[in-house]
Amino acid sequence: MSEAILVLEDGRTFRGEAYGTVGTTVGEAVFATGMTGYQETLTDPSYAGQIVTMTAPHIGNTGVNVEDDESRRMWVAGFVVRDPARRPANWRATGSLDDELRAQGVVGISGIDTRALTRHLRERGAMRAGISSESADADALLARVRAAEGMAGADLAPQVSTREPYVVPAAGETRFTIAALDLGIKTATPRHLAALGVETHVLPSTATAADLLEHGPDGVFLSNGPGDPAAADYAVAAVRGVLDAGRPLFGICFGNQILGRALGLGTYKLRFGHRGLNQPVLDRVSGTVRVTSHNHGFAVDAPLDRSTDTPYGRVEVSHVGLNDDVVEGLRLLDAPAFSVQFHPESAAGPHDAAPLFGRFVDLMQSVRDGGPAVSPATTVEHSTGERA
Amino acid sequence: MPKRTDISHVLVIGSGPILIGQAAEFDYSGTQACRVLRSEGLRVSLVNSNPATIMTDPDVADATYVEPLTPEFVEQVIAKERPDALLATLGGQTALNIAIGLYENGTLERYGVRLIGADVDAINRGEDRQMFKDIVRSIGADAPRSRVCGSVEEALETAAEVGYPVVIRPSFTMGGLGSGFATDEPMLRRMAAHGLTDSPVHTVLIEESVLGWKEYELELMRDRSDNVVVICSIENVDAMGVHTGDSVTVAPAMTLTDVEYQRMRDVGIAVLREVGVDTGGCNIQFAVNPADGRLVVIEMNPRVSRSSALASKATGFPIAKIAAKLAIGYTLDEITNDITGVTPASFEPALDYVVVKIPRFAFEKFPGADPRLTTTMKSVGEAMALGRNFPEALGKAMRSTETTVAGFWTGQPDGRSAAELLEALRTPVDGRLYTAEAALAAGATVEQVAEASGFDPWFVDQVALVREVAAEVRDAPALTPELLRRAKRHGLSDRQVAALRPELAGEDGVRSLRWRLGIRPVFKTVDTCAAEFAARTPYHYSSYDEETEVEPREKPAVLILGSGPNRIGQGIEFDYSCVHAVMALQDAGYEAVMVNCNPETVSTDYDTADRLYFEPLTFEDVLEVVEAERAAGPVAGVVCTLGGQTPLGLAQRLKDAGVPVLGTSPEAIDDAEDRGAFSRVLADAALRAPEHGTATTFAEAREIAAGIGYPVLVRPSYVLGGRGMEIVYDDATLEAYIAKATDVSPAHPVLVDRFLEDAVEIDVDALYDGAELYLGGVMEHIEEAGIHSGDSACALPPITLGSADLAGIRAATEALAARIGVRGLMNVQYALKDDVLYVLEANPRASRTVPFVSKATAVQLAKAAARIAVGESIADLRGAGVLPATGDGTDLPEDAPIAVKEAVLPFHRFRTVEGHGVDTVLSPEMKSTGEVMGLDDGFGTAFAKSQTAAYGSLPTSGSVFVSVANRDKRAAVFPVKRLADLGFRVLATAGTARVLRRNGVACEVVGKYSEGPGNVVERIQAGDVDIVVNTPFGSPGNSGPRLDGYEIRTAAVAAGIPCITTVQGLAAAVQGVEALRRGDLRVRSLQEVHAGLAPRP
Repeated sequence: MSEAILVLEDGRTFRGEAYGTVGTTVGEAVFATGMTGYQETLTDPSYAGQIVTMTAPHIGNTGVNVEDDESRRMWVAGFVVRDPARRPANWRATGSLDDELRAQGVVGISGIDTRALTRHLRERGAMRAGISSESADADALLARVRAAEGMAGADLAPQVSTREPYVVPAAGETRFTIAALDLGIKTATPRHLAALGVETHVLPSTATAADLLEHGPDGVFLSNGPGDPAAADYAVAAVRGVLDAGRPLFGICFGNQILGRALGLGTYKLRFGHRGLNQPVLDRVSGTVRVTSHNHGFAVDAPLDRSTDTPYGRVEVSHVGLNDDVVEGLRLLDAPAFSVQFHPESAAGPHDAAPLFGRFVDLMQSVRDGGPAVSPATTVEHSTGERA
Repeated sequence: MPKRTDISHVLVIGSGPILIGQAAEFDYSGTQACRVLRSEGLRVSLVNSNPATIMTDPDVADATYVEPLTPEFVEQVIAKERPDALLATLGGQTALNIAIGLYENGTLERYGVRLIGADVDAINRGEDRQMFKDIVRSIGADAPRSRVCGSVEEALETAAEVGYPVVIRPSFTMGGLGSGFATDEPMLRRMAAHGLTDSPVHTVLIEESVLGWKEYELELMRDRSDNVVVICSIENVDAMGVHTGDSVTVAPAMTLTDVEYQRMRDVGIAVLREVGVDTGGCNIQFAVNPADGRLVVIEMNPRVSRSSALASKATGFPIAKIAAKLAIGYTLDEITNDITGVTPASFEPALDYVVVKIPRFAFEKFPGADPRLTTTMKSVGEAMALGRNFPEALGKAMRSTETTVAGFWTGQPDGRSAAELLEALRTPVDGRLYTAEAALAAGATVEQVAEASGFDPWFVDQVALVREVAAEVRDAPALTPELLRRAKRHGLSDRQVAALRPELAGEDGVRSLRWRLGIRPVFKTVDTCAAEFAARTPYHYSSYDEETEVEPREKPAVLILGSGPNRIGQGIEFDYSCVHAVMALQDAGYEAVMVNCNPETVSTDYDTADRLYFEPLTFEDVLEVVEAERAAGPVAGVVCTLGGQTPLGLAQRLKDAGVPVLGTSPEAIDDAEDRGAFSRVLADAALRAPEHGTATTFAEAREIAAGIGYPVLVRPSYVLGGRGMEIVYDDATLEAYIAKATDVSPAHPVLVDRFLEDAVEIDVDALYDGAELYLGGVMEHIEEAGIHSGDSACALPPITLGSADLAGIRAATEALAARIGVRGLMNVQYALKDDVLYVLEANPRASRTVPFVSKATAVQLAKAAARIAVGESIADLRGAGVLPATGDGTDLPEDAPIAVKEAVLPFHRFRTVEGHGVDTVLSPEMKSTGEVMGLDDGFGTAFAKSQTAAYGSLPTSGSVFVSVANRDKRAAVFPVKRLADLGFRVLATAGTARVLRRNGVACEVVGKYSEGPGNVVERIQAGDVDIVVNTPFGSPGNSGPRLDGYEIRTAAVAAGIPCITTVQGLAAAVQGVEALRRGDLRVRSLQEVHAGLAPRP
């Protein structure tokens, strides 16, 4: 068992054991509180550039399988766990997590007090960190960590986005066609849309409004993704073009931040972010609370108590995080556009918010039918998710 | 959505006596509910027949009725209190069944009482198995194929369709009563017949077997805005086929991917919505086929359950408390999460630790009972442990169960071969994890063990990991700091390390080495959110990790050691005393620190003490808590005398380790336990004990018995609940007893006492401070001496004792307390025979009867004991209002009501391997799981209430069957004659009939069981008998009369009719029948009763 160290930019050092690939890595240290779904987390492009600490102690119990990847590879900069599984135990497992981490070059550390690390990050905020299983020299690693770029100002979407456009066909009859701006899209998103009869044309992050609208889609979707939204002006410009065209638009996660910026709202970095599968979000129109999947280090800055005038009409905060009153969704009152900060596609996480895809479909239908071109607000929706 | 405005007065129904399958968890949930409702400004009325509960403390509800939990009595309470709402989802199956009864008989409508939490339709949809399955299918989910059957024939047909083995589940029973697997037709025939009887609606579900599938549970909550959250997932280590209450369980689920978990969550939420539980908690059970992941829904409880208590303790999310708030109209997002103080309750707890629960069984109490684990719950308690990984939590849980072994390698090595062990693993029994470890040790692979046991390979691999660590510890040339730390991180106790490294001079040697190396546990916090937010509640567990979270404090702390897992002889009564101590010490200005490992209890609610350590009650674990608290601030000491034998057993070692032990000193405790020392105390006090001796061999025992004369009472030393106690009538039985007690040795001698036949047994609870005695209560047993006091019914005030008797008892108790050196509570058992008072035993600690005495006399003895422990005197406490200003428990007003305590016995839960019932006879070994209190003006009515509460009402007419031992025949005549005069038809065996007829009692002779067709057992089964009176004679296990009696008693229990096994019990029952016939049983609240007990000017 070889040793490994984890060094935070403020100098705090944890000593543990090597896990995954032997090497050295640097990234932003964050913690994720989900008790399931490590495979989805590792392959979620939104985690690019981050050293992810799993607060659940046992990781790897169900191994890895071919179905649950959320993108073409693992994206985390590093992986921190307390007790890695020694063997996978699940009927779908095709290999062990340890092997997969090694195959994909993910450097990790295990056996450290992950709760102490989490409490540290909670109190002092997400920060740069490094893991090394090659050298036990904490000072050298600290120097490297401090020399690294932080997450603020980082433009990471182009790194994770598809290079070439591709199409995910609808399951069954195609009712709508949309263009999706891939800022770090997860496979669960087009899968949810496909189930509702939506054909999704996934375009690279650098796609312009013209690219997005080229084939006359029924709507445009903005995906989740990594990095600082303030560094993604190209996406903001594209979204403004879509808004100008009046096409129905739905954004999630990073897409919510991009929509906010396109509307002229600010974005800011949260102290330690939201990364978990248990976050209560209030739908302010219906009054219902949904337990949602979160993964965001940045948030939109908008007033909760009133709507805000923008060049595209009024926008209101449609969803709010009940733990800390963070803006979790936007809704344009005079244009067909809305977004949420959390993950209706879940994967990993609860399916409570999946009906939001239905809302997007309803919006496209309404616009097609010549109805009011404003974002929808239904009152009662149950999770259809993976219908029982 | 704010609080409902249409409710101002809620009636809460508790769960009654502690039973297997329905235990202390409902005191925890009911107490939380009452407190929440009152804090919301509502009036709360409560009905619960169990006096040993915190919820029946008079300050928990506005009006507390310790009355039988039957629709009739609850209707009287409703008529008197006129509540506008009934909350029945927090009192287990008992409360739910009563709610349905009150609905069906029109009471709720008549008095305008609304059910809150769940309505009758939702309860029926959740509990009716066929309706439930239809609902599951209607939402597109899967359930095992099955049919509800109303007859044995229908059950057989269904089994032929779905194929054997099949599961039998009686409708509307709790704890899986009567359910099980049948592999063939004869087995199904028998089990279906039993199940049809056990079911109050006389139907059983016959179902496709999912034996061996992975088993999961989800705990969910819903509010009236239809927000639903999953509080906890629980995965069973034991696969389907073992009742979840009897399974080793783990939280959160360990072997599901997110896809599978979320599907389970979706199904669970959809089921909850479809069943229509309006608000509150519910629990849904799932099975997953390990080969292909097929998910089926097994069942749901539309109420707070045992698993909810476990989930609450496991996550820090107080399900019952939140359920009560939801029931009165709040929504989850309107309720703040207590733990963080800033985030709402509308979330799903995230755990950064692992929780393991291990059940605790009591098969040793029921010789002949089938020890195989099935879908009928048999465990009597459970221990829970938390660790930062599974091995750590498992190790802690294993040593928390306080069985004869305390984790791997602490017992005798298992000499069996791998093949034998693998074969043994196929039959679920208690302790299979030990067998799994032994099989791995014997060379079996993880796959083989997983296949044989049905445990998921991941769990087996974790056991293998612990084994590998142990092998490193054992084989290393020297125990390095790294290796010792690694062992501790994998849950090994000092005792286990000592077992692996004999040269380290035992557990103490390991500890001193460990301390020298600075290898100490840290204490983490249960915070519901995996450290995402700061926690305000100091709910801690230990782990060998890096950072501790114990906050410094200023006030002096007192640690109260709890009683660990419930077991027969050590149950909720001790938790009651511990909780009272917490309150009393807080009042006295201390920080109360609770240490316990029982998830069912009020004491392990994070709200109860100032700090909670959920830890095993072993010396090592407790000492580490003491050290952690000493580092946090001043520690006044540890209270060991309120939690029963468990903490008492730690007192001397703690004191030797320099920990201040408060109250009665360990040396004094030892004096009372040690035969020799106790004899000197008695001699000194000029008190008598039955003649006795101490033996370490059969020869010695025989010699002592010859000197004293048979019958003699034999028992091992140092026991609680009369473990291994028997009355022996001859040499042969004595020899068999000694042979059976394998660990008889000079260190563990057997005590041989004269058995006092026909004596009155008396139980006393008293307080002593070194100068003054406060005689809390004197209880007169209804059964004669020889029945364990925990199983005996008793009355307070004593019904037949005169003032001279009481004066003698007072003098004797004071003399004992002074000479033993009691500082706090003491319990003494006396026998009064021919006007001579004999001391049977004295225990300088809180007893099982403390809550009963406290409720009956309106004086909180445990609170007073805790204050005496920290140095206050009885005079101080009289001044402070903790004790009455003058007088004591023997000075109750002449018109004080009579309180009768009755024990509740679990015989009907056990069957022999062949499927017959186990014998129901009472003996010196305690067998009851719980108790009820009947409170009324006279003994007859109080006794009738106690019987109704414990067993259902006594019959007021019908047939009584009488068969008594020769020695009892004379005494039986009068009560039987009285029953005959009241119109009962008397059936009797020939010998008994002869005596009765000679005394003018007409009776019909009925054959003994051994006498063939038409015998009494057949008559009982045919429903011809309403009460059985059968006193045992002959030696246990022999054929002849003893066996006849056994068959009669088991038939009575199976038929659910009263079975009286002592003449004294018969006399009391006759008084009860008379009271019932007069029909003058009225309900009265404890608050009213206590007001009447207050000293009058």
